[in-house]
Amino acid sequence: MLIWSAKGRVAALLVCAALVGVFYLLPLWVIVAASVAGQWNGLLPEQLTGQHYLNAMSGQLGRQVGVSLVTGLIASAAALMVGTWSALSVRSLARWPRKLSHAVFFVPGAVPSVSVGLGLLVAFSRPPLLLNGTVAIVVLAHFILVFAYTFANISAGVQGLPVDMEQVAHSLGASPAFCLRHVTLPLLMPQMVTAFSLSLALSMGELGATAMVYPPGWTTMPVGIFSLSDRGDVFDGSALSIILVAVTLVALLAVSAASSKRS
Amino acid sequence: MSTGAFGLPRRGLWALPPLAVLSAAFFYPLLLVGWQSLHAQADAGPWSTQNFSRLLGSTLFRNALTHTLEIALAATAGCLLLGFVLALVFAFVPFPGAKILARLIDTYIALPTFLLTLAFTFIYGSAGLLNGVALRHLGFSEGPVHFLYTIWGVILAEVTAFTPFVLRPLLAAFSQLDVAMLEVAASLGASPWRMVRSIVWPAALPALLAGGSMCLLLTVNEFGIVLFIGAKGVVTLPLLVYDKAIQEGDYVMACTIAVLNIAISLALYGLYSGMVDRLGRPDADLVR
Repeated sequence: MLIWSAKGRVAALLVCAALVGVFYLLPLWVIVAASVAGQWNGLLPEQLTGQHYLNAMSGQLGRQVGVSLVTGLIASAAALMVGTWSALSVRSLARWPRKLSHAVFFVPGAVPSVSVGLGLLVAFSRPPLLLNGTVAIVVLAHFILVFAYTFANISAGVQGLPVDMEQVAHSLGASPAFCLRHVTLPLLMPQMVTAFSLSLALSMGELGATAMVYPPGWTTMPVGIFSLSDRGDVFDGSALSIILVAVTLVALLAVSAASSKRS
Repeated sequence: MSTGAFGLPRRGLWALPPLAVLSAAFFYPLLLVGWQSLHAQADAGPWSTQNFSRLLGSTLFRNALTHTLEIALAATAGCLLLGFVLALVFAFVPFPGAKILARLIDTYIALPTFLLTLAFTFIYGSAGLLNGVALRHLGFSEGPVHFLYTIWGVILAEVTAFTPFVLRPLLAAFSQLDVAMLEVAASLGASPWRMVRSIVWPAALPALLAGGSMCLLLTVNEFGIVLFIGAKGVVTLPLLVYDKAIQEGDYVMACTIAVLNIAISLALYGLYSGMVDRLGRPDADLVR
């Protein structure tokens, strides 16, 4: 307790309410309001309508939901696999090689996403591997960008693993593969779920690298929202944004439900 | 544990497959970007530093560099201030609903940043809520709110987007603080200001330094917010890379700008990991 006087408390809470309201509640509210607004000139939206959602869900725009989900799921699953592998493989290294590998695995998260996209364009528009213009280059970009976050999450979990449980299993004659499957991975499950959820959310909202590499016909939701708002269809853009947030939340809930059912 | 070649434990060799994946998908493209920046023509020609001298002489680039740094510094300062104030209230002036609000702010980490710019156009844009009210109800003849299409619009959006990265480690640090210390200090007559200065501030400092350097990195790298503002006068390095490559098809210059942008980002990443290393990780989940 920092402030004891009633007046001081009220003042502090009012300042806090104003800050949270202006910075965090108002932006969410205006996007929701704009997504159902027929017209908006004054304080409140007028002529409420569901038309923007119909526009956002129909035809080309509706396809974007699927494109984003497929991209996000494949990239996040790949990042989960490679990230878990990396985090487990570096833990038996000595101090300095381990630190170095950590730094190497984190670097993709520190490089600006546009530059990651540029690198992919430059590298895969030439032999030996031509990926420019394919769906694969979009998935690859998302994989690289979410990989570092997956690795960070899981290696935090690996550092907190109780070593003795694996040693007990090992001393009882369990093979390394058995240990991994039945001891280590179950213990890491919470971090793996968190990592997968976060990568999915990040991938669904990714714009920088996608804008660089996406081929016609594989437009993700963020790119779609940008083209809508760029040409002034801000209300349709808001509706697609709300769909983006909703689909992300539903996907996250599904991930956490599936994982709690398994354990 | 058995030991293989080079004295490395054999289990360490398991790190090679993911390293190979990352090398092919990330480090090889990065090297090619670097290679291209040192060649004046696409895919051919002799080595030269001509691209860099051309770039440093261009006003467009110098403006983008200045904007990037101004925005990053101002937005980071804003994140630190807003994060500190909110964390103080959430942690030490408890009220019902504080947990829910803290979680709501935290979920902004998972939301796309450009949503904020979209929202801000409805609030502060030329046809937005504030200007609409001013025109309709307050008798203004033209909208008085213009800042959205300047660097201040970008700064405001980035403060909103990245404050959670300061708030999260701060709340973790404050939850470890012994509240009894504050109670004793208060009962001995210490003012709230004095308690913040001598008890809360030292506990907050590591979290502020780590969160602040994270914010510097994120703000330098930010793309969506700047793209959505779409103001001609507000160009940052990532946006310039995008413009050169996609709008103008000039991959050579795009690579050159990217190299400088990546160098700044890696330096800031080094700063961040140095902070975390030296101060101890204030919260293991910070990087999430």
